[in-house]
Amino acid sequence: MSNDYCANGGAASGVAAGGLAAQDRWDPGVHSYASMGYYDADYQPKDTDVLAVFRVTPQAGVDPIEAAAAVAGESSTATWTVVWTDRLTANTHYQAKCYQVVPAPGRQNEYLAYVAYDLDLFEEGSIANLTSSIIGNVFGFKPLAALRLEDMRIPVSYVKTFQGPAHGIVTEREILGKYGRPLLGATIKPKLGLSARNYGRVVYEACRGGLDFTKDDENINSQPFMRWRDRFLYCMEGVNRAVAETGELKGHYLNITAATVEDMYERAAFAKELGSVIIMVDLTIGYSAMQSIARWARANGMLLHLHRAGHSTYTRQKTHGVSFRVIAKWCRLIGVDHLHAGTVVGKLEGDPATTRGFYDTLRLDHVPVNPANGIYFTQDWASMPGVMPVASGGIHAGQMHQLIDLLGEDVILQFGGGTIGHPLGIAAGAEANRVALEVMIKARNEGRDFLAEGPSILREAARRNRPLDVALATWGDVTFDYLSTDAPDAIPTPTA
Amino acid sequence: MILRHGAFSFLPDLTDDEIAAQVRYALLNGWPVSVEYTDDPHPRNVYWEIWGLPMFDLHQPDGVLAEINACRAAFPDHYVRVLAYDASLHRQTVALSFLVQRPPHEPGFQLDRAERGGRVQQYSVRAYAAQAPAGERYRSDAGEP
Repeated sequence: MSNDYCANGGAASGVAAGGLAAQDRWDPGVHSYASMGYYDADYQPKDTDVLAVFRVTPQAGVDPIEAAAAVAGESSTATWTVVWTDRLTANTHYQAKCYQVVPAPGRQNEYLAYVAYDLDLFEEGSIANLTSSIIGNVFGFKPLAALRLEDMRIPVSYVKTFQGPAHGIVTEREILGKYGRPLLGATIKPKLGLSARNYGRVVYEACRGGLDFTKDDENINSQPFMRWRDRFLYCMEGVNRAVAETGELKGHYLNITAATVEDMYERAAFAKELGSVIIMVDLTIGYSAMQSIARWARANGMLLHLHRAGHSTYTRQKTHGVSFRVIAKWCRLIGVDHLHAGTVVGKLEGDPATTRGFYDTLRLDHVPVNPANGIYFTQDWASMPGVMPVASGGIHAGQMHQLIDLLGEDVILQFGGGTIGHPLGIAAGAEANRVALEVMIKARNEGRDFLAEGPSILREAARRNRPLDVALATWGDVTFDYLSTDAPDAIPTPTA
Repeated sequence: MILRHGAFSFLPDLTDDEIAAQVRYALLNGWPVSVEYTDDPHPRNVYWEIWGLPMFDLHQPDGVLAEINACRAAFPDHYVRVLAYDASLHRQTVALSFLVQRPPHEPGFQLDRAERGGRVQQYSVRAYAAQAPAGERYRSDAGEP
């Protein structure tokens, strides 16, 4: 057994970068991270290892291999100097190993460092623990000019320790009884200032007009102009009136985000008492709070919507932070049912290939490695249910053919301004979106080239539907065409 | 009111050619089709009556359309829907559902409220038609319930 762990210097045998000889590994003082075993080009990742790929930008004069080894070291067992207490452990077992470093294609002074972590480094079912390791100290490490966590491979053995989505895509559709088309939603606007009574009016109009869901915005919690309990009461009045008028189930994402988890449980319980099918939290509440609410949502039969508030502070820039594909993976493990994942054509950041990678990560059971979409590792979910992606922000009915082509069928299309800003009123805005959606799905199923024919399919439907006609006249040619800040490199398929 | 049920409830009622096109799409995907009917359109009424069994071995829209027509003839005043079922791993659920018949007159739903303390209301909806016994609802010869 001891040969498997090689506590006495075996680690040095795999070091490729220039370093100390094996017998010097335990000399007091400062050694290179590579020489201490945190770089091992011969290491063969195990099926049970957690794998990560980092985009490393070393400071001037820092060797890329040493920088990559430092990332492995500082995200696992290392500190800046040799400590003799490592010798009380099977230390090579606990060391993360950087096993490959390649220059990022087409980029100056950026390297992709692949790091393997033994499963023993992580507490079962804890995103807080996983992230404290992988993105804990290392992002502030001085020898690095910048560092970005691009992707992770969560082994099935670790996936199975997480709850996963409270319900998932299939069960959500069965709860709602809605199949074969994307779902429709809208975020209530203005975001701030409406009284609870006025706010519930928007919910009612949007739902009766044809939407499946309406949504609190991320910063609607419990402010002086509208306290949470009043909001919940008026929103459920609107939802239930709309159900009675249409005969189909509706929901409003009641945002239970609050200062404390105790407050959130109180709000969740009230949402349940009122008969809501869904609650919502913001990413800002933190990973452990999200896991607690996901567990509550499953135990209480409530769908759980997550708004990714704040993510762009660390996901958007290409050289530093955490890619959203990693956040998406963590959120699927945590157990949300909905997650905003981009629109491509709307107002917010979203390169088409990168966004496709996010959608695959949320929806598929087997996500094959795909450098063109920014997927660095094959990820198996072992039948963990999928998360319904939400496309929201600057989209309108005139883009319906593009949205269905890009995003597929298991998605919630949220038209906030594109519903509430309709010149004929909110219900007309909702109807325009629903008619555009249904006519496009119908055309797709009939085998028509709906992407090419999309504008004419919409115009044809608009001839017998005035709300759609007015929507197309108002927003038909609005686009948001800006350069993306987060497009994939065309990278070679990794060896692992 | 117009019951909003199934994937195309905001479009004009589908013609038989349009129904056949949707059935063809389902069959091309390998999804067996089934026909269901009800006179209780409550949105939480999951289990409509199945017309026969799912048509696992029918591969042409014509055969499916014949079953749809037989169901419509037997229940001319009921709601009738077509379902396509995806049995593939990780789906194993309905892939598409749409109405192929609605009653000539749809009286809609009543919203019931049970009022409780703290301004809480417990809501439920009831189809006006469902206040008559099953089988006697929506009958064109029965007049308004």
